[in-house]
Amino acid sequence: MSALLEAHDLAKAYGGVHAVRGVSLDVSPSEIVALIGPNGAGKSTCFNMLNGQIRPDAGTVRLDGRDITGWLPREVWRLGVGRTFQVAATFASMSVIENVQMALLSHAGRASRLWGLATRADRDRAEALLALVGMARQAERPSAELAYGDLKRLELAMALANNPRLLLMDEPTAGMSPRDRVELMALTAEIAREKNLGVLFTEHDMDVVFRHADRILVLSRGQLIAEGRPDEVRTNPEVQAIYLGEGLTYHSGVGS
Amino acid sequence: MQLFVVQLLSGLASAASLFLVASGLSLIFGVTRIVNFAHGAFFMLGAYLTFTLTDRFGGPLGFWGGMALAAVLVGLLGGLFEILLLRRIYRAPELFQLLATFGATLIVQDLVLLIWGPEDLLAPRAPGLSGAIDVLGKRVPSYDIFLILLGPLVLALLWLILHRTRWGMLVRAATQDRDMVAALGVNQKWLFTGVFALGTFLAGLGGALQAPREAVDHTMDLRVIVEIFVVVVIGGLGSIEGAFVAAILVSLLNAFGILILPKISLVLVFLLMAVVLVVRPRGLFGRREGAARMSGGAIMSVWKPLDRDGRIVASAVVVAAALAPLALGPYGLAVATEIAIFVLFAASLHLLVSVGGLPSFGHAAFLGLGSYGAALAVKMLGLPMAPALVAGPLLAALGAAVIGWFAVRLSGVYAAMLTLAFAQILWSIAFQWAPVTGGDNGLLGIWPASWAASAAHLYWLTLALVILAIGALRMIIFSPFGYALRAARDSDLRSEAIGVNRRDVQWRAFVIAGAGAGLAGALFAFLKGSVFPDTMGVSTSIDGLVMVLLGGVETVSGPIVGASVYKLLSIWLVSHTDYSKLVLGLVIIGLVLLFPKGIVGSFPLLHPRRVAPREKAAA
Amino acid sequence: MLRNGLNSLFALLAALMMFASARADDIKIGEINSYSGLPQFTEPYRKGWRLAVDEINAKGGVDGKKLVVISKDDGGKPADAVTAANELVSNEGVALLAGTFFSNVGLAVSDFAAQKKILFVAGEPLTDAITWSKGNRYTFRLRPSNYVQAAMLAEEAAKLPAKRWATIAPNYEYGQSAVAVFKKLLSAKRPDIEWVAEQWPPQGKIDAGSVLEAIDAAKPDAILNVEFGPDLVKLVREGNTRGTFQNRSVVSFLTGEPEYLDPLKTETPEGWIVTGYPWSDIKTPEHEAFLKAYQDTYHDYPRLGSVVGYSLMKAIAAILTKAGSTDTDKMIAAAEGVSFDGPFGPVTLRAIDHQSTMGAFVGKTALKDGKGVMVDATYHKGSGYLPSDEEVKKLRPQN
Repeated sequence: MSALLEAHDLAKAYGGVHAVRGVSLDVSPSEIVALIGPNGAGKSTCFNMLNGQIRPDAGTVRLDGRDITGWLPREVWRLGVGRTFQVAATFASMSVIENVQMALLSHAGRASRLWGLATRADRDRAEALLALVGMARQAERPSAELAYGDLKRLELAMALANNPRLLLMDEPTAGMSPRDRVELMALTAEIAREKNLGVLFTEHDMDVVFRHADRILVLSRGQLIAEGRPDEVRTNPEVQAIYLGEGLTYHSGVGS
Repeated sequence: MQLFVVQLLSGLASAASLFLVASGLSLIFGVTRIVNFAHGAFFMLGAYLTFTLTDRFGGPLGFWGGMALAAVLVGLLGGLFEILLLRRIYRAPELFQLLATFGATLIVQDLVLLIWGPEDLLAPRAPGLSGAIDVLGKRVPSYDIFLILLGPLVLALLWLILHRTRWGMLVRAATQDRDMVAALGVNQKWLFTGVFALGTFLAGLGGALQAPREAVDHTMDLRVIVEIFVVVVIGGLGSIEGAFVAAILVSLLNAFGILILPKISLVLVFLLMAVVLVVRPRGLFGRREGAARMSGGAIMSVWKPLDRDGRIVASAVVVAAALAPLALGPYGLAVATEIAIFVLFAASLHLLVSVGGLPSFGHAAFLGLGSYGAALAVKMLGLPMAPALVAGPLLAALGAAVIGWFAVRLSGVYAAMLTLAFAQILWSIAFQWAPVTGGDNGLLGIWPASWAASAAHLYWLTLALVILAIGALRMIIFSPFGYALRAARDSDLRSEAIGVNRRDVQWRAFVIAGAGAGLAGALFAFLKGSVFPDTMGVSTSIDGLVMVLLGGVETVSGPIVGASVYKLLSIWLVSHTDYSKLVLGLVIIGLVLLFPKGIVGSFPLLHPRRVAPREKAAA
Repeated sequence: MLRNGLNSLFALLAALMMFASARADDIKIGEINSYSGLPQFTEPYRKGWRLAVDEINAKGGVDGKKLVVISKDDGGKPADAVTAANELVSNEGVALLAGTFFSNVGLAVSDFAAQKKILFVAGEPLTDAITWSKGNRYTFRLRPSNYVQAAMLAEEAAKLPAKRWATIAPNYEYGQSAVAVFKKLLSAKRPDIEWVAEQWPPQGKIDAGSVLEAIDAAKPDAILNVEFGPDLVKLVREGNTRGTFQNRSVVSFLTGEPEYLDPLKTETPEGWIVTGYPWSDIKTPEHEAFLKAYQDTYHDYPRLGSVVGYSLMKAIAAILTKAGSTDTDKMIAAAEGVSFDGPFGPVTLRAIDHQSTMGAFVGKTALKDGKGVMVDATYHKGSGYLPSDEEVKKLRPQN
């Protein structure tokens, strides 16, 4: 299968500091890929270059063979990419179902229509999406009232509104309780498999990563230092070193 | 050479005075995010108190002591104002504090008249600094030199306070992220009070220092408030150094500008602000505002189109309004027509401010363009009333297209100030371009066609057009476009991520809002029979904001109620008392305290929302 | 200080009582002015017209009918003045409108009066447009216009040896036309005069130091000043410190009026040629009577506003007496050419352009006992300075 998402040699520097250097990765349809690394490794920068929020200094990004390097996020979205954010971004002044309807309206190209009640648009489809993420009963609630876990589910529903082929999820379980994390990622994985979606997500929670990821990419200081199946990555000494430390400070000189 | 030096010194002295007042505003806004409209009033109080204190206590000690005491008193008053009033409304929606400060300004304006009388007062000259020193053969006032030295001294002192004291560090931290500061256990309440007191102290000091230079009169606050806002914005909100640089820039440009273009002073400061904001959208030294972590205010209730009860009420209101000519005479109908016009004005502003989250301090520009468009159609093109009523909104929409294009590229108060700059530029064009606009003598003879000439007919025409326009605006609010507009406001990230082009959507909202205000303006021209530049003035724009805020910025019907109440109150008060501002200010502050979410917005507090049955079962 | 507030409160109550006691056969006069916007003018002005109304009513009123004045505030805004005018005409049923201060407000009410076909006697607005370029048959204006005051000052200015002139005027219609007319009339008398500099600070926002230095740099022999109010105070203080007015003649509009002269106190520049009101020095029987009555009633000296208010009501009483009715057309016919006696002597309302012949005092400023006064003042009748009838016909729309 050809890759859904391909990135070659991405690089980004901020005033002399190389946040990301020479990173290449790919995601295939129906594949769940995790991007991990310690703080400051450049995960967010890398991620944001893929979805168009940041323009890479060098390198290319391709979606289904099409060059989307430097495209705006809304242009990337239109090609079938769904997005969730580290801090759940939803429309606080709207109800749960209105949030989803907004995404659907935009997908249908009707978001600039000045007439017609928006709350009547695509209601069935919106309810179906909510049912998919288990939020059907809360459809009429103001989204600002939701518990954080539910907010993340809503986000997921919105990200799925445009029938995406690729889901980009930035720390999808950040800020959630352990039980919610497990539930949400399980749900996401299930949906991804059902709909043949490619998923690329960044994470800190290793339980989630190792349980659901098909492949893991490890970033350290802006560079990709390891890639492979979970069990390969787990036993990779370099990976262990950057996470657990090398103990150098305790080996040199003391007591020997 | 001689002229250059002398103008330089004169400009720097003006800059010092401007900086002192502006620094306080920059500090207050930087930390508390309050648009302190009352800053000019504190400046004025400082001047008045200085007059009284220096008048009573003679001698150098009496003079300087009096000045210092006046500034301290103003600072204390400011702190008191913050404790008694502002603290209660920090959790209110953004811009709501503007209402409270606006009410305070009105009260102070009439209060100084009551206490000190109507005459212009002249404070004594500063002892020891009453003369001039010789510079290159010209006499430069010693007081000017004193101010020039004082300016950087105050800047240095402020810098020291902000960078070398613990309190200052907290203030700087709060400027960047006040929610975090609160989360870290700092007593946010007293921090804000302290900042407000210091800011108003500086305003009072500015006023005190101006007292020996100019007459102390009751219009001082209005004359200075716009300029200090501009200086603060040019410098960058929250940046004291920025205020300093901006004050110098503005004053020197003016001092030298008038040598080449004597009439430039009218518009210079707004041109400068527009240029700066377009090139540097956060002012010269402004930093990116830390995103508010917690949205102000409690949970917003979801907007819904009118339910059956709501529709019945709305129909009843429309029917009652249509029957008004049976009960009201020509004057009452003229008042009702004016109220209807401003209801439309407020509703169009509401689309921008509430739905779009785009604060605007220059909305009166579109009202004015609508008025002038209609008036020019009648006077220059000789068109009858009906086409003129189309020409007005068209001109306004055109203006909105231009202004909006620039405004959507900025955010928050900067965007609002840019709209102010454009409005002031348009105002000065109307004011100066006498052959076309009649200058400040305006255009006269814009009377309705004979079929609409009677008070009742003009009223019905206005009512019909206003109801149609408001109906259209309401339809737009609940249309996909309206939702996209709100989406762009609620979450820039998310709306972009689902394909909404924020700038495009907001620009269109500007054009629609501009057209709505333009229609209001065109009707206004025919109601009054004349058009003057003050229709586009700052005070009209602020009135519009007050109407929207009063009604409730987070509701859909707020502007209708807010405009009706405010206009009715203003007209009634001006007709019945000489101190209408005092009463109006008190009423506004009362409303602010009683209805922290605006009049309409507070009703859910009185009638708790019924929880939907489905949720009850689920819970 | 609070005295002023209490005074105003009493004034308000008195007005309310006056309104409350209006009877069916009283003559109602609708009066509009910027009471909240310009109290330093309008408070003495209100005292003036109240004095006149009381005097007229004490003598039995007009044809046995009492005059009742219903007074409204316009807040200094033309749109609000139209609202007030509407209220007076529609709700109160006044026989005529009177008052206003600002030129743009005066014009708005004048246009309203023409539309509603009601008589309007404007008191203070100075713009020439109100009787000329935008004149209409329903509007009359009491105070000597911009043109007349400029002509009076130009006459005095022509006597000065000064050849290089600079002007400082507020940047709006009043300032612009004052300078334009002054320049035209003075240059006509003295073609040798050079206009070397002009400054146009925005009204209320004068940067006096910079403006004065810009003027000084052109080395004028004389300066024309049109600034008034707080701007004048600032200008004078700065000018005194910088010595801009030394060895220069200064001609200044309105500065001799107590409203603008009194705040200057010890800063009062000496020797400025000004128009104004030397209330303590006028030795005519009309003025002495007026002065005594005013001081006895209010324990305060009159300002120019007091004279305007007083004269306004005297003019209206004269119109009503001559017309013998409150029918608008009859009142207009009566007003054209009517004469009455004011504190400055007899005044006529001209038929040709509805402008009164009221004049102004021209004199010099001086400092006496720490207060500014006007000295060497002579009264100039308005009629002597208005242009010829042919010129006026061209300036006014013929309707």
